[in-house]
Amino acid sequence: MSTSVKPSGTAAARGRRRGRPDRKAWAFLGPFLALYLFAMVVPVFYAIYQSMLKVERSGPMGLGEPSVGFAGFENYSLALQQETFVDGFGRVLLFGLVQVPVMLLLALVLALLLDQVSHRWAGLLRATYFLPYGIPGVIATILWGFLYVPGVSPVTDVLGDLGFQPDFLGYDNVLWSIANIVVWQFAGYNMLIIVAQLKSVPQELYEAARVDGAGPWQTALHIKIPLVRPALVLTTVFSIIGTMQLFAEPLVLKKVAPAVTTDYTPNLSAYFDAFANANLYLAAAKSVILAVVAMALSFGFLSLVTRKQRSER
Amino acid sequence: MSATSTRTTTGSEAAAQPPAAPAPRRRRAPRPGRIVLVAVLTVAALYFLLPVYWLVVAATKSNDSLYGSFGLWFDDPRLWDNLSRVFSYDGHVYLRWTLNSLLYAGVGAVLATLLSAAAGYALAKYRFAGREAVFKFVLAGVLLPSTALALPLYLMFSKLELTNTYWGVLIPSVVSPFGVYLCRIYAEAAVPDTVLEAARVDGAGEARIFFSLVLRIMTPALVTVFLFQFVHIWNNYFLPLVMLSDDRKYPITLGLVTWQQAADRVPELTQYTIGGAFVSVIPLAVAMLVLQRFWQTGLTEGSVKE
Repeated sequence: MSTSVKPSGTAAARGRRRGRPDRKAWAFLGPFLALYLFAMVVPVFYAIYQSMLKVERSGPMGLGEPSVGFAGFENYSLALQQETFVDGFGRVLLFGLVQVPVMLLLALVLALLLDQVSHRWAGLLRATYFLPYGIPGVIATILWGFLYVPGVSPVTDVLGDLGFQPDFLGYDNVLWSIANIVVWQFAGYNMLIIVAQLKSVPQELYEAARVDGAGPWQTALHIKIPLVRPALVLTTVFSIIGTMQLFAEPLVLKKVAPAVTTDYTPNLSAYFDAFANANLYLAAAKSVILAVVAMALSFGFLSLVTRKQRSER
Repeated sequence: MSATSTRTTTGSEAAAQPPAAPAPRRRRAPRPGRIVLVAVLTVAALYFLLPVYWLVVAATKSNDSLYGSFGLWFDDPRLWDNLSRVFSYDGHVYLRWTLNSLLYAGVGAVLATLLSAAAGYALAKYRFAGREAVFKFVLAGVLLPSTALALPLYLMFSKLELTNTYWGVLIPSVVSPFGVYLCRIYAEAAVPDTVLEAARVDGAGEARIFFSLVLRIMTPALVTVFLFQFVHIWNNYFLPLVMLSDDRKYPITLGLVTWQQAADRVPELTQYTIGGAFVSVIPLAVAMLVLQRFWQTGLTEGSVKE
């Protein structure tokens, strides 16, 4: 890579002589790229196309044969005029503003504390915290659902004996009950990413800090936390994307929590438009809006972080 | 406490003293910080284990004692009886769901790993025009929200008549941009150019080098990619939900939610939902514990380097 650029003729000759057929790269890339195009790229454009269509009815009082016509941005303005759909965005944003910091703080604290424990215990505890990541979101929601419903839940039983009457599924609380499920599922996963970053730091650095008389608190604050910054950035971006897509948890809780409506989150709204209201074109527009907002937020966060990093240097 | 408190003077002072007492490697006295540390870690462990423990207890109960007894302790355990009903209900449909889940996640993850390995290796070890552009193009896929993609996929696949088929779930599952990213970083660091050149001099073809040499060197990264993709597909709900209408093709996630939602009409389904969740969670929980170290290898190699 660092060798100087040579005229293309000799470079090609050198490649042939050394027998590095760089064109073969496309044979290795081909299968992945073909499926990537087919299952990720084309659907995006197809959705954009679909979002610009509408069903047109002709004849007296719109009773004639329906036909598909071009709608332009009609579906987008329709979606954005739907107050409940926009409210859904507000709800997941509020959710993310609280849930993501809480989860990442928990992950960071656990990762730093595990660094202070003997090797054997650390391994066992790490696996325990990571365990919920292997449990599907819907099954986790079913489990927590049972722990929220009075009558079955030992949690409400115990709290009831202590004189509390928690209403986990009530109108004001259900969003935070969902947040708890998401924290439970992903805190350990994020912790593992942070732990991996901590492990990749040369041990001499910690040794040096100890020799200089830094206690565990100072080491954590001044050395470890700045070092795991890339991991925190990565987990934040993944969490933002995850939050925007919130779907399975509210859908499953809907059964026991009347406060969860069909447009509780943008994703739910798009789903019910497509499958309950049979309005595929509006659903496509909502999916596109959702993807754009999610990508804008994660790019926005990334550029904010990199700009701050630059100004600090 | 008074005896220990004299010992926990400042470290340097203690070290300066001659080792008079024959007590080498004496346990450090529990400082307040230590107690807080243990307390926080224990509370966290209880929090993460609570729903799983509840599940283990609940899976042994009858439908009546599910509501009638304290949730965190056993009451007339009958696990075997419960589980055999879970499996035999509705023409062994739960067994079908399990096999479907294993098929989707197993086959999907193997193919995703192979495709990612080939693409990542190509991006790391060959020089060709458009390499960085291709890499950026693939990275954009990492940031694309996957459930926002499920609906468009459904729209397209229904035109191609791929909905309600195994392909409808399998095809999107074998594409893992994040896997390509991990594989590229790992291959760059771990596959030495000299080894590749030596193999070429010996007359090995590119395909043979990849399958017999590169894949072996990349094994730690491949295990990580496989595990992530397996869990990703296993846990997926939105994609099968929109793609499948025939409940014989459902994975476990979809099936259990159907049971849960139908439980107010068929009360015994509450217990079957719990039993089914128990059967699906326990093997995965064991696998998470056993394979824990592989998760970390891959993460250290790849995802956290900026």
